Amino acid sequence: MELIEVEYEPLPPVVDADGALGDGAALLHEDVGSNVVHHRTFRYGDPESAFANAHKVVRLDWRYPRYGSTPMETYGVVANFERAPDRYTIWSNFQGPFILHALMTGALGVPGNRLRLITSPHSGGSFGIKQAMYPYMVLLAACSKLMGCPLKWIEDRLEHLTGASTAADRKDWVEAAFAEDGELLGLKFDNIVNVGAFVRAPEPASVYRMHSASNGCYRVKNIFVENRLVVTNTTPIGLNRGYGGPQFYYALERAMDAGAKELGIDPAEIRRRNFIRPEEFPYSAPAGATYDSGDYEAGLDQALELAAYDALKADREKARAEGRLFGIGFAAGIEPSGSNMAYVTLAQTPEERAKAGGRSGGLGTATVSVDPSGSVTVKTVSTPAGQGHQTVAAQVVADALGLRPEDIDVVTEMDTLTSAWSLASGNYANRFSSVVIGTIAETAEKVAKKIKLIAAENLEVAPEDVELVGGEARVVGVPDKAVPLRRVAAQTHWHPAGLPGEMEPGLFETTIMNPPMLGAPDEQDRVGSAVTFGYVCDIAAVEIDKATGKVEVKKYVSVHDVGNVLNEIVVEGQIYGGFAHGLAGALLEEFVYDAGGNPQAGTFADYLCITAPEIPQVTVGHLNTPSPHNSLGAKGMGDGSSMLAPTAIANAAADALGTYDIELPLTLNKTWALANGLPYERAGAARPKVGDGPQEGGVEGGLTGEGSVELNAAPDAVWRLLLDPDTLAAVVPGCEELEQTGPDSFRAEVMIGVAGIKGLYSAEIELRDKVENESVRLVGKASGALGFGQGEGRVRLEAIADGRTKLSYSYRANVGGKVAAVGQRMLGTVTKILIGQFFRGFDRRLRGDGGGSSGGGGFFRRLFGGGRS
Amino acid sequence: MKPVAFEYCRPDTLEEAMELLAEFGSDASIVSGGLSLGAMLNMRLVRPRALIDVNRIDALGDIKVAASGTSTGAMVRQAVALKSPEIAEAVPLLARALPNVGHYQTRSRGTLGGSVAHADPSAEIPLSLVTLGGAVRLRSPKGAREVAAREFFHGVLTTDRRADEMVTGLVWPARALRTGYAFEEIAQRHGDFAIVAAAAAVTVGDDGNITALSFGLGGVEDRPFVVDNPDFIGRPAITATAQEIADAAAEIVEPMVDIQASADYRRQLVRVIGAKALMAAIADAEAQREAA
Repeated sequence: MELIEVEYEPLPPVVDADGALGDGAALLHEDVGSNVVHHRTFRYGDPESAFANAHKVVRLDWRYPRYGSTPMETYGVVANFERAPDRYTIWSNFQGPFILHALMTGALGVPGNRLRLITSPHSGGSFGIKQAMYPYMVLLAACSKLMGCPLKWIEDRLEHLTGASTAADRKDWVEAAFAEDGELLGLKFDNIVNVGAFVRAPEPASVYRMHSASNGCYRVKNIFVENRLVVTNTTPIGLNRGYGGPQFYYALERAMDAGAKELGIDPAEIRRRNFIRPEEFPYSAPAGATYDSGDYEAGLDQALELAAYDALKADREKARAEGRLFGIGFAAGIEPSGSNMAYVTLAQTPEERAKAGGRSGGLGTATVSVDPSGSVTVKTVSTPAGQGHQTVAAQVVADALGLRPEDIDVVTEMDTLTSAWSLASGNYANRFSSVVIGTIAETAEKVAKKIKLIAAENLEVAPEDVELVGGEARVVGVPDKAVPLRRVAAQTHWHPAGLPGEMEPGLFETTIMNPPMLGAPDEQDRVGSAVTFGYVCDIAAVEIDKATGKVEVKKYVSVHDVGNVLNEIVVEGQIYGGFAHGLAGALLEEFVYDAGGNPQAGTFADYLCITAPEIPQVTVGHLNTPSPHNSLGAKGMGDGSSMLAPTAIANAAADALGTYDIELPLTLNKTWALANGLPYERAGAARPKVGDGPQEGGVEGGLTGEGSVELNAAPDAVWRLLLDPDTLAAVVPGCEELEQTGPDSFRAEVMIGVAGIKGLYSAEIELRDKVENESVRLVGKASGALGFGQGEGRVRLEAIADGRTKLSYSYRANVGGKVAAVGQRMLGTVTKILIGQFFRGFDRRLRGDGGGSSGGGGFFRRLFGGGRS
Repeated sequence: MKPVAFEYCRPDTLEEAMELLAEFGSDASIVSGGLSLGAMLNMRLVRPRALIDVNRIDALGDIKVAASGTSTGAMVRQAVALKSPEIAEAVPLLARALPNVGHYQTRSRGTLGGSVAHADPSAEIPLSLVTLGGAVRLRSPKGAREVAAREFFHGVLTTDRRADEMVTGLVWPARALRTGYAFEEIAQRHGDFAIVAAAAAVTVGDDGNITALSFGLGGVEDRPFVVDNPDFIGRPAITATAQEIADAAAEIVEPMVDIQASADYRRQLVRVIGAKALMAAIADAEAQREAA
């Protein structure tokens, strides 16, 4: 990359929703004509009347921060283009192929069977983020064809943190209309999603995933939703654990806590009054979802008991009496799992959908086969990322076939050329336990049925009397009368003529199954968006240290309904992981951009990935309402508290601080400001003023400084020397070459030696607003190995006693590239030292001793070259 | 990750290291634990022509305690120093600072000298050395010198070390009588760069008044430094004084600003963390007085 010389012409940046929507905001894509790339409104029931009749309406405005997932292993791609036949083969840890295979073949201009995607059995973690690697896969494939050789790319952490993908940051508001008794009458959501620089498929799905369940776990019927997507100069967003869920619940569940407070009702009680009742399942939600099963009140009661709620409230009273900041927060929600691919098409109007042709479904596929030796292989295209698909699949198939889980080989490597897959294949939307495992179980049942049929004939009994136990097919109640499974298997391969009736030879079953509830959206924009609807109810208690802003989680209770638990350890692992992810969003993690659009969190020193010591004890409770939508009674799970914890913590913090006006993550500095009623703006990330783009040559935010030196010469002598190219060449630290390109413009090559390997930086500088012997403005830009920058400086000369001159300077610079992402802390020192060197050299020159740079590299050499650790 | 190509040199003796420094000078990077340098190499922030790995130089691994003070070789691992009963006895401030340095795993690799040479403004070991008024031993092919810690640190990652020098050891002054030592810091996560770290050495006389005081701050400005506060000598060693000392420091510091913390917040933490460290040091001194 460093061999490519890039010249940047900085354009005015747009870094957040405010910037994108402001009057006169710079346009990211001029062809589009607007930074709003999607806008739709939805109306269910009669929200206008609900709000008109409300006893109380609460409104909350907020920003939701941008964070993501940081899997252990980053993206990894090997792409190879071969001839005869022409085919691209890509090996990767992608979590697709999903609907994206079609997109990739479109980009490469080949039919589907000429793009072979092979996904490794172990991906090194994903949490959704590895969906967004497909543009890189296409690029690598295209380059492989151009170069005529296989290519490999392993994303490094800097690339991952700045260029992979993230969840959406949003600028939203919600209004909730309540009756006097706390009944939730209506909801209005206004969602503004910062989608990043480009809309990458499947966006704008993040704002539609929860859409058909916009009522959460409540009976509210009247809902209005307005969705806007805006583009900004930030990393494109994509799938991330909970996909749209954390943002959705941040609206709904904060409004519930706020409503409770405004009405003087306990937050547990207001939820209880509004919950869908157990007898109402299956429940048709206003926006089209069909909730399969649940008992939300029982889950709340369990959470209250686990939290010892009354004692917790007593703790809060005691703390408050002592002047401490202690708060309790709730968050409850449903967990949609096994997505309908068609929910994405809510982004289109019903007319557009009709024109485009129907879309529906979320196909599950699985293959179970028994080879002639009797060993069993399961092939799944669920591309697991560490969620234990192999473990659970082996367990379910072993149960069906009367074998031990260790007898079952589960192949999770997938290959679009040889695997049985479809549009929905891949790893997302909790689809394993809601859809995939049901498909696997069904397939195993088909194999079991065939084995029983054959065994029944061998044993001369009816098939219903055969059971599969301990590696044998045996007659129920007569353990001695049995035939080994391997013999039955062998028979299907070795002796097909001996099989009963018209039976097909072999034991090889593939199922392709579509959950029947996943239909197409109707004309009222109602769609059954998912197969199963789990439930999560979280209670958080926090104490905030007013002196430091530290948020301590005193108690966290999380009750989950995942239907039948298929594997306890896998379920618990997901629950803890989901909680950790949500807590990270609440307290620590954020992808920060400065006003110039430079990513500021390029390393784990600034992207504060949560680690074990930051995770408090969680009390987990289970509730089970088996799903009728899945043959095993299981529901999808995995997003879990990643969707609810940010809101439970935010509600607890709001309760402690006595204000709804908070913003996540609750980092130390921010929380301290909140706790003390001080204004807070993240240092170094000042937002550009809307509609006030950088003037010509000007910059917003970034690195600034000022200072002055006293020089041993009169202003006119200083002035002459200051504008003399020879002098500048001699005293600019590390200046190799300085060329005057116009009456007031220069081009310089500045060699900054970084630990011996010298990096050349090209700079262009212009002098403006010259007032002879008094002042000048320098405007310029530079680029090189570690980054690029744009800046301006002002120099003012003033005569002082003894014929000397006081030179005052100030500068503002916007630094981008690698050094901005990882080296923020150094920039201040760097600048100070370079300026110091410049003026020492300048002063020597003034005194006529030749001046000369002491070697700008010296600074960088000291900065980096000698670094030891 | 992808560093630039470099020559890897692993001298067994200090003399060999000196030859390499003479040959490569500023084109070389010296690596001990590699905890910071490794990341900087991989991000190509550092592009040395040669990497001089000093891990095999046994002579740099010694801890020597004498009546005049303690010297630690540059290669003493942080984990070794943390477990060392000699360090706990002779340099208690360092022993109290070390649990805050990175993580269990990183301390097994990281060295005392490496942390000092790297000169991160938040680092605990440089702060301890500055607070105690210690010194840094340097050696180049031309000879050896010793620089007072308070003059060694110039700014973020910049020190008095010349291109052809390497840090060979640290000098820690002898423990003072009736003196309490304490170290406190606050960070977003355990093991992070401290937003503010405070180190204190407080000597308390028979009358319960402060007779000597050294109050150091890290993570606040671009280098660790000791707050000069002679006004507090002779004042009673009590909570109110500790708070006054910290408050006075908060008024005069010129804090760094980064995405984690504003200048105002760093000042606030100087008050809170500083007072906490000073109080703990006073309590330590009082405990010694009671024991005596």
